[in-house]
Parts: sequence; structure tokens; C-alpha cells
Amino acid sequence: MNRAAAGHPLAVPVLALGDVLLVTLQGELHDGMAEQLQQDIAQRIARSTVSGVVIDISGVDIVDSFLGRVLSDIAAGARLMAVRTVLVGMRPAVAITMVELGLTLPGLVTALDTERALDMLATAPQLAAVSVPAERKEARDAGLP
Amino acid sequence: MPASRDVTAARVAIGSDTDLAWVRQQVRQAAAGLGFSLVQQTKLITAASELARNTLIHGGGGYMEITPCPQGTAPGLRLSFVDSGPGIRNVEQAMADGYTSGGGLGLGLSGAKRLVHEFLLDTCPGRGTTVTITAWATVVPSARPEAT
Repeated sequence: MNRAAAGHPLAVPVLALGDVLLVTLQGELHDGMAEQLQQDIAQRIARSTVSGVVIDISGVDIVDSFLGRVLSDIAAGARLMAVRTVLVGMRPAVAITMVELGLTLPGLVTALDTERALDMLATAPQLAAVSVPAERKEARDAGLP
Repeated sequence: MPASRDVTAARVAIGSDTDLAWVRQQVRQAAAGLGFSLVQQTKLITAASELARNTLIHGGGGYMEITPCPQGTAPGLRLSFVDSGPGIRNVEQAMADGYTSGGGLGLGLSGAKRLVHEFLLDTCPGRGTTVTITAWATVVPSARPEAT
């Protein structure tokens, strides 16, 4: 993709911490950058040994329905590739606003900070299953052998 | 760049996703200048982001007009999102939670309405849509809107 020419000079960096991908979102995020990030993470998961993805949004002022959908999609895509995603560092004002907007992202696993997210990924692989929304879990339990 | 506290009416073009970021910045600056609390700022910026994206994606681009709008002693901000796109044929449906025509989550209009004090939708099929929202910087937290 020719993002730079389209006015998106910077991609969001995806760092590797051991076998965990660490993504830090900061400030203004253009829609194109968010979609590029989704592809970058999926490709990194496919190419290397990744056990989890941690997305830090402590530097993000607002999460609107577009960014919320991208974050959800990143986690859903990673899960299909057997990798768990933990969203960390949401600001209180952002959480309050998202709830009022109706954007509660039920499929996303969250933690207060990166350290706790890494603990979750390292010590409790079953946590991801616990956080599956009830209705989806029921459908899965009922529908699949 | 207007100095903080000195918020003047301004018009911001909406023609690309870079402009959406610019809209958010302008709203943040104006709301902060008028003394909106952090949560009030966040709500207004989020609503503006939803509506500006509608203007861009459904309206084919347009502009935002930002106007200071005091009520009594409370400073306020009025934002109008104007496009001359296809308009909305079924307003009731477009305002419903979960309805989407553009691949989103269907929270744009209904969600934005919940985040502000006043919400006005003016649309005419074939001639465009104008959404105007107003929020006031209240000292006392406003009463929770009744659940519908």
C-alpha cells in the first residue's frame, strides 16, 4: 500500500518483547494508519512465533466507533490465528465516553497496564476463553462438537 | 491558531481522513479553551469524530462549522456538519442503534446524540445532510438521560 504518498507518513511501530507483540498507540491516529496496523499485526503473527499482542492506548485521547471496530477486528483476527490480544491503559474519560456511545467491545480482553497484560499472557492461557462473551460462548458450546 | 479562551467561529473542510484528525484537534482546542472538563471534551470530540466521518463517508465530504454558543453563564460549543451528499432517506432507521449502511458499527448518529446536550438532524434526499450538535460546559454533572 502506498500510504506515505496518500498522506500517512508514519506507520504505528509494532515492537517484539520476547514472543509478545507490543503496540503503543499515541495521539491522533488516522483511519488509514489504524487499518495498516491491523494488516501489520496479522502479518507479524503469520511470519514469526507470537504468543500474544498487547495494545497500549494510554496515549489515546478518544476511541470512536471506527477505532473501536479496528481494535476489535485486530483481536478477532489474532484469535483466529491462535494469538490472544490484551488492550491496556484506557483513560477514564475514554472509558466513560465509550460506554455512553454504546461501544463496550465485549470481545476484547483488557488489563490496567502492560505489566499486568504480560502477566496474563504468560501465566493464564485460559483467561482468554473466560472472557468470551456469554452469548458467543453459548453458541459455541451448543453449535460445535 | 486562536489563543485558548479566545474561541472564534471557524470552518474546517472535511475531505479526507487527515481532515478528521484536524476536526478532532480543532474541537479539542475550542472545548479546552472554553473550560470544558476532560470528560466533556472527550465526549464532544468523540461525537465530532463520528459525525465528521459520516460527512466524509456518506456525504462525500463537506465541512464542519464550529461556533461558540454560551447559555447564561455556561460556555458552550455548537458544531455543524454539512454535506451536500445523497441525504438520508430513512431517518428513523439511520438513528437506530446498530443500523449501518457503511460497514461501521452503526453507532455514529445514535451514539453521537447520546454524547451531547442538543442534536439536530436536517436532511433532504438528494440535497444533503446537516447535523448540528451543541454541548455546554456544565459545572454540575448533568442528569443522566433517561433510558429508552
